[in-house]
Parts: sequence; C-alpha cells; structure tokens
Amino acid sequence: MSGIPHDHYEPSTGGEKWLHKRLPIVGLAYDTLMIPTPKNLNWMWIWGIVLAFCLALQIITGIVLVMHYTPHVDLAFASVEHIMRNVNGGAMLRYLHMNGASLFFVAVYAHIFRGLYYGSYKAPREITWIIGMLIYLLMMGTAFMGYVLPWGQMSFWGATVITGLFGAIPFIGESIQTWLLGGPAVDNATLNRFFSLHYLLPFVIAGLVIVHIWAFHTTGNNNPTGVEVRRTSKADAEKDTLPFWPYFVIKDLFALAIILVVFFAVVGFMPNYLGHPDNYIEANPLVTPAHIVPEWYFLPFYAILRAFDGDVWVVIAASFLTGGIVDAKFFGVLAMFGAIIVMALVPWLDTSSVRSGRYRPMFKWWFWLFVVNFFVLMWVGAMPAEGIYPYIALIGSTYWFAYFLVILPLLGVLEKPLPQPDTIEDDFKAHYGKSSTTEGAPAATPAE
Amino acid sequence: MLKKLALAATLALAPVSGAYAAGASGHVENYDFSFEGPFGTYDQAQLQRGLQVYTQVCSACHGMKYVPLRTLSAEDGPGMPDDQVRAYAEQFFEVYDEELEDFRPARPTDHFPENNAAGAPDLSMMAKARAGFHGPYGLGINQLFKGMGGPEYIASLLAGYTGEDKEEAGAILYENEAFPGGWISMAPPLYGDDVEYSDGTEATIEQQSKDVAAFLMWAAEPKLMARKQAGFVGVVFLTVLSVLLYLTNKRLWAPVKARAKE
Repeated sequence: MSGIPHDHYEPSTGGEKWLHKRLPIVGLAYDTLMIPTPKNLNWMWIWGIVLAFCLALQIITGIVLVMHYTPHVDLAFASVEHIMRNVNGGAMLRYLHMNGASLFFVAVYAHIFRGLYYGSYKAPREITWIIGMLIYLLMMGTAFMGYVLPWGQMSFWGATVITGLFGAIPFIGESIQTWLLGGPAVDNATLNRFFSLHYLLPFVIAGLVIVHIWAFHTTGNNNPTGVEVRRTSKADAEKDTLPFWPYFVIKDLFALAIILVVFFAVVGFMPNYLGHPDNYIEANPLVTPAHIVPEWYFLPFYAILRAFDGDVWVVIAASFLTGGIVDAKFFGVLAMFGAIIVMALVPWLDTSSVRSGRYRPMFKWWFWLFVVNFFVLMWVGAMPAEGIYPYIALIGSTYWFAYFLVILPLLGVLEKPLPQPDTIEDDFKAHYGKSSTTEGAPAATPAE
Repeated sequence: MLKKLALAATLALAPVSGAYAAGASGHVENYDFSFEGPFGTYDQAQLQRGLQVYTQVCSACHGMKYVPLRTLSAEDGPGMPDDQVRAYAEQFFEVYDEELEDFRPARPTDHFPENNAAGAPDLSMMAKARAGFHGPYGLGINQLFKGMGGPEYIASLLAGYTGEDKEEAGAILYENEAFPGGWISMAPPLYGDDVEYSDGTEATIEQQSKDVAAFLMWAAEPKLMARKQAGFVGVVFLTVLSVLLYLTNKRLWAPVKARAKE
C-alpha cells in the first residue's frame, strides 16, 4: 500500500512477533489509527466520525428493536406499540432509532457538501467518492424501507408511491413493480421483504464504509487547501500531517459530543418533531392520507420528481421524440435518479484543476447557490404541487442539473483561480502563526 | 387491481393538494398543559379526571385497544392504586375471553377494549396522530416548548362546537371550529357537567376537554416523563463530556499550534 510515508508497527515481544507473522491484525489497526492526517483539517472534517457513530447506533438499536418487532401486516403496528409501552427502555430505543436516521442524513449531507466544496471528489479520490455515493444510495433505500416497518399510514402510502415510481418505467414497469412488491399491491409480502432488506443493507453499508476508508487511506485525506501532503520523505510528510490518533480522534469526539447534546435534546424533548402524525394511525389501504409527504431527507428529490409535469417543454419534447414512451411520470423518475447520478459523476464533470473552493472565486458563488437551492427544494418538496410551488421546484431542479452539467464544466475553463499555498504546513502557519488572539479558534471557519 | 394501484400511485404522486389546499385547518387553541416543555410532567389529578371523562363519555363510541389497563397504576401516569385499577377494570369494561368463549369483566392485564360500534377511531394514539401545530415555523423549535399540539387539537375540537348542524348525504354534520373543513360527523359529546369530579373541579366543557386531552396524551405517550428525564440526563452528561473533550483537545493541540508561531 503506497501512502504517505510514516512509521509502521514493529512487533517487539515474542508473542507479538508470533501473531504478526500469522495475522498482522495489530499492524493493520496501528496503521489505520496512526494514519498521517493533514493538520489543517477544519471542523467540516468531523462528519465521518458522526456517520460512523450513526451507523453503529442504528445497527445496535435496530438489532434490539428486531427482538420485539413482528413483521406482519396485522401485527407490525401493534408490536411497535408493544415496544413503546411494554419493553424496558423500548420507547427510548425506538426514538433513538427513529431520530438516529435523521442525524445520519444531517451528517451525510454535511459530509457531501464538504466534499463538493473542497473538491474531495477530484483525482485521485474518485473511487472514494463513488463508494460514498453508493453508501448514500443504500442509506436512502434502508431509510425508506425502515420507515415502512411500523406500518402506519405514511409507511403504507409512502411505500405505495415510491414503488409506484418503478411502475412508470415503460413496457416492463408494472411487472417490475409487482416483482418488487411481491404482489399486486403493498401487502404482507412487501412488508416482509422490506424488513429483510432493512436488516441486510446496513451490513452492506458497513462493508462499503470499510472500502471507503481504505480508499481514502490510500490516497490520503483531502484538506481545506486541496494541496497534497508532501510525500518526498517522512520528514516532509510529518511537517504537513499529524497522526490520526490522538489529534483527530479527540477533535472528532469533541465535535461528536456536541452534536449528541443536540441529538439527545431532540430525542428526549421532541422525538416526534421530524415525524409525521399520520404514522401513528395504522395502515389502511382504503383511506388515502390527504397529503403524502416523505421524510425530510427525501424532500429535495421528491421536489425534483414532481417538478417535471406534462406542461414543461422538455417533458413535451421528450414525450414527442420518444413517441410517448417517456411520459411526464417517467421523466420525473428519470430526473430524480438522474439528480443523484450527475452528482456521482462530478469527478469527471468538474474541469477545474484546482481542488479547493477556497481558491476558486467564481465557483464559491455557484456552490453556495447550490446549497441554498438544496434547501429551497427541500422546502418546496413539502409543499403541495400547485400555485407557485411547481415553478420554484422546476427552477430549483434545473439549477441542480445546470450546476453539474454546465456550470462545473465551464468554470474550469472560465475561472482564474487564486494562488494556493505551496504546502499544508504553510497554510497551517499562515493561520496559527500570526494571530495569537485566536488561539482556541477552529482551524478555519467551519462552514467555509 | 394493477389499474387501481396505478391510479392510487398517480393520485398520490400528482397534485397532492387535497386537504392542504382545502387548507381550512381549523382553529386550534394553544392551551397550556403541565406536560409541555423539557421539564413538563403529567398532572396526576388531571389524568384521573380525564380518565373519568373518557370512561363515562368517550368510551361509549371509542376504543383504546393499545393501552393496557394495568398502566393506569403507573407512577408517572394516573397513579391509581392497584386494587382501584382492578375494581375499575371490572366495573366498567367487558372483554371477550377466547378460553371461556364468552365475555367476562376486564382485568388489569387486559387492554382497554376496542370499540367499533359507531365507526369511531381508536383513541390510543390520537394525541400523537393529530398535530395542532407542527413543522418548522417560528423559531422552528416550538415543539420543544409546546409539544406537537395533539392534546391542544383534541381539547379545541371538543370545545369547538358552534351548535350548528346540517344534513349532508344522509348524515348529520356538526359545525366545529377546530375540525379541518369545519364540519364533523361526531355529535357534540360534552355539554358541561357530563361527569361529576370527585376533587370538586367544576366540570365545564373546556375543563373536561382539557382533562380528557391530557389523559389521551398520557395514553399515547405513557413514557413521556421517563423519556424527558433520560433526555435531560443525556444532555447534561454529554455537555460535561463535551467540556472535558474541549479541554483535552485544546491541550493536545496547544504545542502543535505554538510550534506554528515559530
């Protein structure tokens, strides 16, 4: 494994040597924990730890919840109430799991935006990015299926709407939908397979997380300057880096503890804040809720899905060119999945040779507009599709695609980047060297 | 069937306007309840009064099938003595026993019976299944101080009848200021002095509404007090941990940052 030059584990005692010859597991742990890490990382680099924590939290609380849950259409809703009322600590356990999903998505969005701003997706970190996008997709699938399990009204109707998306695929859509549901409609077969997959996918995610970490431990972390760690010698590398343990472990744990204060306040004092009241009504296939809304973390994509109705010219054009095969509904589905695909392809769409947004004066504006646009889409996704909202959704969706397909490719050509520091050491010194007043301040403003 | 499903999906996907557009979500009075806010607790006397209203008025049509009768003795709930719970269950409710193949008086181990007689919804989770106010508005943290408004909605609904009614499609609808759309099929259940409170509280419509709303909040969220306590312990403990980690981190990085000044 070629990486940043650093000390490796040397077994000293007889026992250690014996083990190391047979299974270098201590060495692996040592190298992973002592990995040289750019010392100028700012507070936006803490989300990885938060995400690892979330995955562990969800798996542990989830495994215990499964011990008391019954995946059957007649019993699921009651078994969740059984957890809430009769299981020791059950209410807390379930609220942790429920809100843990939200914390997971808060963290993953922050993590992705950090990657987009600092160009963490650029060569040689494309694989890390792609694996990350896969993890994100699996997270969405897992969260969606998990939301179905309590078998409330939103569970049922959310499942009906989302699996209905597959029905929009021309010719084979209905067959695919039936195959996914295990029948003609959302029913016991659907609940059972969602339960099975909801249990399986987190472990697939855990596997991919290991690959994700392996990939960026090979390339080294990106950092706020986007300038690479010097690898010419160990001495040079040590000027740019510090070992992960203890410097970044403690820093990350500090950030995690603060985030958990907020998390526990939400779980303890307003656990249903992010939920929907309708999910406390048992699923009823005969009664459609007045307003079906997905969980907050799906709203931007839900807005994109609904933005392209039959009145939009691209939809009319697509429908005309394909002889009606691509109708408005299918176009919406394509747009929704396309929004994630263009994001996954960003390593090849961004033509700028400068990694960090810090040194890209024009990019900065477009990036922040992208972030604002994300929240606008989230807001509009929760609104009814009427009045002015579809127009806002359409503008927002258009900007999403324009950002990746037009703006990023063009900026690399048009933009004149600012000078970058030669080394990470220079950046660190520039920050901490001159201003003695800001001793306790973070390495850079977190949201930069 | 497939067609039906496709229709359902399209309906669901397409203009999800319906109720939101009809918009006429009614007026929900923001009553103060003792269990609001991070330190709010249930008022035991109020829960017992609410139980009385539920038993003597609501349970005629509504059921509460997810709530075990034994939980009436919970310390952080109504807190009734065990023998009183036993007597109460026996006196007021009958359940069907599969072993006896017959009805028998309820025991504390049974749940409140369900009641489908009048097609009225089950009330077990009603206080969480309706939101008087929700979502991020104001500071976005109103729920932290006010709850999600379920009990407020219930109380407003019960006290919100105007006395008007109309016949529509063979059913009588009653005008109600809190109900979305303004017309509800439930006849006004409270007229004042529907129950006689043993603690001397005057049983006005509003008082009974608030009491039963509080009781239904407890029924929906019996572990509310334990949860808030756990949340408080978690927040305090993690705040202390944050401070310790902050100091550790500061000390750990101090020499690194000092070296940068050289």
